[in-house]
Order: sequence, then structure tokens, then C-alpha cells
Amino acid sequence: MSFFEGVELLKKDKARGKRKLSGADKREARTGLAFLSPWIIGFLLFYLLPMIASFVFSLYDFNPAVPDQAKFIGFENWQRALVIDEEVRLSFFRTIHFMAISLPITLSFTLFLAVLMNSEHVIGKNIYRTLFYMPTMIPLVAGVLVWNGVLNEQTGWINVIIERLTGIEAVGTNGLRWLADPKLVYYAYTMFGLWGVGNGMIIFLAGLQGVPTEIYEAAQIDGAGWWRRLFRITVPLITPVIFYQLVLSVIASLQYFLAPFVLNDGTGFPEGMTRFYMVYFYKQSFSFFNMGYGATLAWLMFLVALVLTAILFGTAKYWVYYASEER
Amino acid sequence: MAANKVVSKNMRVAGMKLGLTGLVLAVLFLFLIPMFYGIVTSLKTDSQLSKSDAPWWPAAEGILNYEGKDYEIYSVPMEDGTVRELALYKKGRQVSEFLDPQNPEAGPIEWEGAWRQLERIWSFSPQWRNFINAWDTVNFPRLLWNTFVYASVTTFGAVFSSALVAYGFSRFRIPGKGVLFMLMLSTVILPSAVTLIPTYFVFLKLGWVGTWLPLIIPAFFSWGTNTFLLRQFFMSIPRELDEAAMIDGASPLRVFISIILPTSMPALTAVGLFHFFWAWNDFFGPLIYLAGNPDKFPITVGLTAFNNLYSQSTNLIQAASLISAVIPVIIFFLAQKQFMQGIVVTGVEK
Repeated sequence: MSFFEGVELLKKDKARGKRKLSGADKREARTGLAFLSPWIIGFLLFYLLPMIASFVFSLYDFNPAVPDQAKFIGFENWQRALVIDEEVRLSFFRTIHFMAISLPITLSFTLFLAVLMNSEHVIGKNIYRTLFYMPTMIPLVAGVLVWNGVLNEQTGWINVIIERLTGIEAVGTNGLRWLADPKLVYYAYTMFGLWGVGNGMIIFLAGLQGVPTEIYEAAQIDGAGWWRRLFRITVPLITPVIFYQLVLSVIASLQYFLAPFVLNDGTGFPEGMTRFYMVYFYKQSFSFFNMGYGATLAWLMFLVALVLTAILFGTAKYWVYYASEER
Repeated sequence: MAANKVVSKNMRVAGMKLGLTGLVLAVLFLFLIPMFYGIVTSLKTDSQLSKSDAPWWPAAEGILNYEGKDYEIYSVPMEDGTVRELALYKKGRQVSEFLDPQNPEAGPIEWEGAWRQLERIWSFSPQWRNFINAWDTVNFPRLLWNTFVYASVTTFGAVFSSALVAYGFSRFRIPGKGVLFMLMLSTVILPSAVTLIPTYFVFLKLGWVGTWLPLIIPAFFSWGTNTFLLRQFFMSIPRELDEAAMIDGASPLRVFISIILPTSMPALTAVGLFHFFWAWNDFFGPLIYLAGNPDKFPITVGLTAFNNLYSQSTNLIQAASLISAVIPVIIFFLAQKQFMQGIVVTGVEK
């Protein structure tokens, strides 16, 4: 949502136009810029220049161990990434595949928790809110290791519980091999992510608490049931919050790296399923030190992120609700 | 009639309360199962983990130490229909001899049957030693100290520089401020990979790879999310305060230090906490810049290395994971309110 704040400021810039600055205005601008200088310098040093350099690197065959042997090769790296190297396409679609499973599950679970935590009928909400939030504080590496244990096909409690409750053969090599079965592994990874829903839950919750109660009362008088109220009033009114979470989650999933690296050292186990784009980028850049090619992969990821963000912002006007917006 | 209606409505509300609270508790239970698993597993012995008939709680197999020798305790069905807990004294194919652990002096009891079919007796026995073992094997004091220093220094740098920048954005008319602000916001969602390789190369040339400098220095040049959050807060501080001070001759820097910063303590705390735990969790940066320097590892990278070495010792891995989670979780419980408020400001405020 913060993005829209920026848009507002841009409008103000325009409105001010090219009015001539007085001496006092100039002084004010100079002082302001002095305060912005850490960011401006940081932006140049750590964002803008490296981005440009990254593009230049992508035109070279470059290994930092032997920088003298760097060779300009034009768009060969790009050609390799886009046409020749199949792994780029595969790892990208794996990332999208994983995103298509984990994002809907995670977002709806987050919303589900927020709705429960907002319900007047739940006794002791504050305690549950704290407890649902708590795993978010556990370092992700530790969380992944704990889940890795509990999802173990032989000794993990999840399989034992499923088997005891349903009688389905879950334990053992014929059972549910959460982390070794290519069909299940994305669901297992999605579960790791559920331990990080705390922030999203709190943000949704604040969104829900911002919905005026009069609207509910009016709807109730009109005879709207609980589900109808949820999908016709609550969800539409918090679409800005959902949008914000969605943008952040899409960008974060694009860079998903930690779990496959911690659990399998990026080997892609099982059957290459977890060799996501970022894992492949890491392998090329920091295991094989093909930094020219790595820079190409990074730039490709940037372009994809740009396109995805643009698409999300483009669709925003069809489904994201802004109370103060004039249409 | 009316009274009846009220009663039935109350009943319905009570039913809803019970149902929904039950649902929340069930979900919470499922949600926290891995945590119970982690705690319980971290307290088990190696031998319990390798046995499939072992109980789910931390337990050790019963042993009778008699005359300097250990005898395993089994649950033995006796001829009279009772089941007794006895220590296997002499193994035999058809007939074995047992001792009564309560009264071994009474001499061996003969029992007919195959002792291999008997079940072992388990008794509750949490292995707190696992935590000590994990603590020593992983060199936790080193990892915790590294993580703590890294997190504190970057938090200080990121909060202070972000506050300066946020003050600039919130109080001054600057031509092109909108563009700058948009650029700053876009750095929040910029995939870090796109700047990584040249940055890495420069740090490598400077001889900084293998030190904390590449991780610490950039934090001092402000941080998009922090700046945004602080700017929102500064905007809510009445300008009359600054103006009054300015009339008294205070410079903008003076106003920042003696008015803006003290009034913004809640926001600064929230941002600081966020950044601290972001750094506590940081994995990718340390992994790349500290590769091959285990002495400098923070906890996340250290834990990963430990997992690679000891992946068979499930109990030690769970113990180490729990140790690394303890500090953030405790601080969270102490500073919950600031956390939740901070999240709300970043995510919801426009």
C-alpha cells in the first residue's frame, strides 16, 4: 500500500510544477537533500551502480578467481539463458509451480486466522494471537529443521498421527514421503512457510478491525448471512491489505532459496523439484563462480519481478478497493 | 415468548463461542505440533530414536544394576495372569531367569517362554544433556555472540540512518521528492540478486569478503522499509513542535535530535526490533560473504553447517534449533506490543 503513498507524492511534485524556487526554498531543499544523503549515496552505491554493472557483467564471460581472463562475449550469456540452457526455464517453472501451490494456501490460511482472531465469539483471543505469532520469531533455518523432523516419513509425528487417526498407511517408505515425493514436496515446503504467517495475520487483523461495524449491522438487518458478509463486505474492504501481502509474497517466492539449500544443499532433491530459480542462480554464481552468467540470471529475475509487479498493479484497479479513490 | 427468545439466543451465542474457540484450539494444536515434536525429540536418547517400538515421549529403557552388572527390564506376563516388571537375568531359549528389581536379593525367578517376544519397559527420562552436547558441538557461544554483534550493529546503523532520511522525507520540500520516494519504495521489492554479483566483486577486491564489513556497511545507508515506517510516524508529529523550536533558533539537525527522535521512541523501538530480528534471521548474505569462515558465522549459517555434519543426530539437531530460537522468542514475549504496532504501521497505514 505504501506504493500508493509514493504515487500521491508524485502527483504533488507535478502540481508544484516548474515554479521558480526562491532563496528560502532552495535553502530548504538543500537541507532536505542533506538529510536524504545517506539514502541517495546508498542508492547509488548499493542499488543503481551495481544494477548497471550487473548488466555489464552479463555481457562477459567472467570468473572472479581469474578476473584478467574476463572476455566480452556480447549477448551469448543471454542466449544461453533464454535458448540453450534448459535448466533456466525448468527452474523458473518450478518456482512458479511452487508459488501456485504455496501462495493461495498461505494467504487463505493467514486470512482464516485473522478472521478467527477477529471474531467476537472466540474466548482468549490475545493468547492465541501471541501463540500463532510466536513461530514467526523462530529463525527460519531452525523452523525448517524442526519441520524436517516432524515430516520425516518414518519417525515424524505428522505421519504417525495421520496413520493413527485415519488408518491410511502413512508411515514408512510406502507412506507419505513428504520431502522425498515430488508430488508432495511443495506441500511440505508450504507448511514450513505457514510458521511465518504472523506478520500477515497481524496486518490482516488490523485491516479487519478497520472495517466499520455499521456496515455489518446494516448487512445483518438486510439478512446477509455470515459467509455472505465475509465475501461481500469483509474481503472487499481489506483488498488493499491483501494486495500488499500478495505483492510481497510473489517477490519473496521468486527468490525462494533457504529451505532447499538447508535441507539438500541445493541438489534439487527429490528429482530436481526443489532446484528453484534462486538456487540455480546461487549454484552458477557462487559454486561454479560463473559470475557473468550469474549476472544474466539475476537480471532475468529482475525483469520477471518487474513484469509480475506490473501485472499485479495493472489488475489492482479491478479488484483492490480504495475508499477515498475518485473514479 | 420474548424471554424464550432471549434464552435461545443466549444458547446460540454460547454454542458459537464454544464451537469457534474449539476450532481455534484445534488449529493452534496442529500449528504447534512441530514445536512439541522438536521439544520432545530434543530430549530423547539416540537409542530411543533408533527403536520403532519406543514411546513418543522421552524415555529410557529400564535397567536394573545388580552386583555391578546391567540387566534389561521387561514386562513379563506371569502364569497367574498378572504382568510383572522383571529384569532379565539369564537368557534361555525356552526358559529364562528373571530378577525382581524391587527385591533382587530374593534370587532369580524362572519363566517359561521366549524372552525375545517380551516388551521392554520404558521410563520417563528426559536427556537434558543433549542441550549441553549441542551447545558444545556447535560452539553456540561463538555463534550467538556473532549474531548478536551483527544484529546490534546493523540495527543501530539502519535505524539511525533511516531516521535521518525519514526526517528529510517528512519535513522538507525538495524538488523531485516523489520520484526519490518511489525509488526508495521500489528498492524494498527489488530482488537482491540483481545487485549482488558486482557488489560481491567489489567487496572481494577490497578484501572484505570473509569479514562482516559487506554485511554491516550497507546498513548505515538507510533501509527502505524502516524509512517508510519512520516517515509515517514523523508525519504524525505536529509541525508546531518543530516550528516553535526553529523560532528559538534551533537548526534542523537540532530539531531532529531534540524533538523528533525523543517523540518517536515507540516507532524507533518497533523499527529497531524488526531490524534486529531481520538480521538475526539473515541467511543469504552471511552465507555468501562469510563462506569458509566458520569463526564468523551467525547462528543461521552455523546451524545449517551443523545440520550437514550431524544430520543423523535428530535429537541434537532439534536441541540446537531450539537453542537458536530461544532468544528471539523471549524478546518477542517481552516486547509483543511494540512488535504488533510496528507491523500494523508498515502493512496497513497508507
